[in-house]
Amino acid sequence: MSHSSIVEKAADATARATPVSVARRVRGLSDRAIAWLFIAPAITLLLAINIFPLLWAVYLSFTNYRANRPNAPVQGVGLGNYQRVLNDPDIWLAMQTTAHFVFWTIVLQTVIGFTLAYLIDRKFRGHAFWTTIILIPMMLSPAVVGNFWRFLYEPQIGLFAYAVSLISGIPTSEIQMLGNVTLAPWAIIIVDTWMWTPYVMLICLAGLRSIPDYIYEAAEVDRASPWRQFWSITVPMALPFIMLAVLFRGIENFKMFDMVTLLTGGGPGSVTEVASITLKRAAFESWATGRASAFAIILFVAVFGLANIYVKALNKVKQR
Amino acid sequence: MSAANSAHSVVEPSLSSKRIAGTIVVLYALITLIPLVWIFLTSIKSPPDSISYPPKIVFTPSLEGYCNLFTTRTRQTPDYIASLPAPVGACDEVTRKRNMVIAGPSNFLPRFVNSLVIAFGSTFLAVFLGTLAAYGFSRFKVPLADDLLFFILSTRMMPPIAVAIPIYLMYRELGLSDTALGMILLYTAVNVSLAVWLLKGFIDEIPREYEEAAMIDGYTRLQAFRKVVLPQATTGIAATAIFCLIFAWNEYAFAALLTSGEAQTAPPFIPTIIGEGGQDWPAVAAGTTIFLIPILVFTILLRKQLLRGITFGAVRK
Repeated sequence: MSHSSIVEKAADATARATPVSVARRVRGLSDRAIAWLFIAPAITLLLAINIFPLLWAVYLSFTNYRANRPNAPVQGVGLGNYQRVLNDPDIWLAMQTTAHFVFWTIVLQTVIGFTLAYLIDRKFRGHAFWTTIILIPMMLSPAVVGNFWRFLYEPQIGLFAYAVSLISGIPTSEIQMLGNVTLAPWAIIIVDTWMWTPYVMLICLAGLRSIPDYIYEAAEVDRASPWRQFWSITVPMALPFIMLAVLFRGIENFKMFDMVTLLTGGGPGSVTEVASITLKRAAFESWATGRASAFAIILFVAVFGLANIYVKALNKVKQR
Repeated sequence: MSAANSAHSVVEPSLSSKRIAGTIVVLYALITLIPLVWIFLTSIKSPPDSISYPPKIVFTPSLEGYCNLFTTRTRQTPDYIASLPAPVGACDEVTRKRNMVIAGPSNFLPRFVNSLVIAFGSTFLAVFLGTLAAYGFSRFKVPLADDLLFFILSTRMMPPIAVAIPIYLMYRELGLSDTALGMILLYTAVNVSLAVWLLKGFIDEIPREYEEAAMIDGYTRLQAFRKVVLPQATTGIAATAIFCLIFAWNEYAFAALLTSGEAQTAPPFIPTIIGEGGQDWPAVAAGTTIFLIPILVFTILLRKQLLRGITFGAVRK
C-alpha cells in the first residue's frame, strides 16, 4: 500500500520536473493516440452510414439493378443510366420546378428577413421577446406543419382562402391554392417563406449587430445621409451574413421533399414535382434503382459543386 | 432633423422610428402565429365546427379531437349503444353521441413513443461521438483536419432521398429495416456532423490553459478532458443536444421511406389520421399540438444559442 503510494509520489515528482509535453507522453496515452481515439468513432459512423452507401449508390448507378427484384441478375449498363437521366424531359422539368422554387423562396425570404432584421435592430422595447416569437415557425417539423397547411388552404373551410377572399372579394371556391396549376407552386413558396424567413432574419440580425457603432459615428461626422449610410455601410457589411443565409437556404430547398410531399405530393399533374419527388418516384415507386441512383449522384454533384463555388465567392466577399 | 438625432447619439434610433419598427415587427409576428393558433383552436373543436363555413372563431370547446387521436372507433346502431352500461369518462360519452363506441387504442401513442426513443437515442449517441471528435479537432493537430471537417459537413448536403436508396438496401440486408436501432444509427450519422461543428466552436472557446494547468497538477489528458473541459462545455453540449433532438424529432423523409410499422415515428403517422369521410382535422390538430409543444419549450430555452445552431457554428454572437 505505502509502497505504491511512494512510487506514485516519485512518478508525480518526475512528471512535474519533466517538460509538459514529455509528461503527457509518460502518463497514459499519447496525444496523438487520444486524438485518433476521439475522432475515429465519429468518422467510422459517417463512413458506414454515409460514405459506404454513397459508394454503393455510385456502383448501382452503373447497373440495371431493381430493388424490388433482389434476385434478378445484375448487369452493368455503363453510362446508360446517366444518359437516360440527362435526356429525360421529365427530369429537366423537375429541375426547372426546383429552380423556380429555390429562386422565389430565397428572394422572398431574403427581402422579408433582412427587412425584419433591420427593423428589430432599431431596438424598440420588447424586441428580444418578439424576435423569439418570430423564430418559432422555423423550429417546427416541416412535414407535420406542412400537413396542417393543407387544411388552411382548403378552398371552402380553410382559413387562408377565407382571409384572402375577405380581403380581395374573390369567392372562396375560386381560391384553390393546392388544386390550381398556377397557384400550387406559390402555395408551397408561401409555406416555405412563412417557415424559413425567421432563419434568414436571425442570420441578418447577427450581420447588422456585427457592424461597429464607430463606423456610423464616422459617417455621421462626414454628414453621410441615412440612405447613403444604409447602402455604403449597412448592406456591404451585412453581405457575408446574407450570403451565408442564402447558401444554407439554397442547399436546404434544393433538397426539398417533406413539405411538398405533404402539401401537393408533386401535383396537380406534376407542376410542383421538385427533384426530390421525382427521385423518390423513380426509386421507391418505379423501383428503377439503378437509374434513380444515377439521378441521385447527379443531384449530389450539383449541390456539392454549387456550394463549393458559392463558398469561394463568400470568402472573397469576406476578405474585402 | 439629423442634427436633432445626432444631438444625443448617432447610433441610437429616434423614438418615432423605433415605434414604427416595433409596430411592423409585432404585426408580422402576430400574423405568423395565426397558423399555430389555428392548429390549437382546431384541436379543441368538434369535427362539425372544424369544417364549418365561414371558419369559426367562437365555438364550444370539445375534447373530441384528442379522444379521436388516441382511440379507434366503430359505428353502432343506436339500439346497441342504448343497451350498453353508462359511459366511462368524457371520451366514451363524446363517442357515443356520434353513434360510435371506442374499439381500442389508436397507433398514436406507440408512434409518439417511437419518436421519443429514436430522438433521444440518436441525440445521446451523436452528442457523445460529437464531443469526443470535437475535442480531438479542437486540441490536437490532426492531419488534414480541415478536409476531415469539410467531409463531415458535406455529408449533410446530400438530399435525404439520395441517401435513402442505398440505406434502404443496406438495412434490408442487415435486417435493420423498420427498426428503432436502424433509425437511431441513421439520425446519429446525420446529427454527428452538426454536433462536431457546433461543439468544436464551443470547446475552442475554453482556454487551453485550464487543461494545461490541470495536467501540470498531475491530471492525465483524459482526466483533464473529463474534469476540466466537460464541465466548462456543459452549456454548449446541452445546446447541441437540443439541436440534435429537434432534428430527429422533426425528421420526415427518412422516417417515411424507411419505417412503415413497428418503428414508425410521429411525423409520417400524423398525416395518416383519418376519420369517417376524410381527414379528421381535429384529431390531426390534436396530434400536431402534442407533437409541437416540446419544440416550443426547447425553442424558448435555446433562444440565445439558436443562431449558432442553425449556422453550424459559423455565426456566433
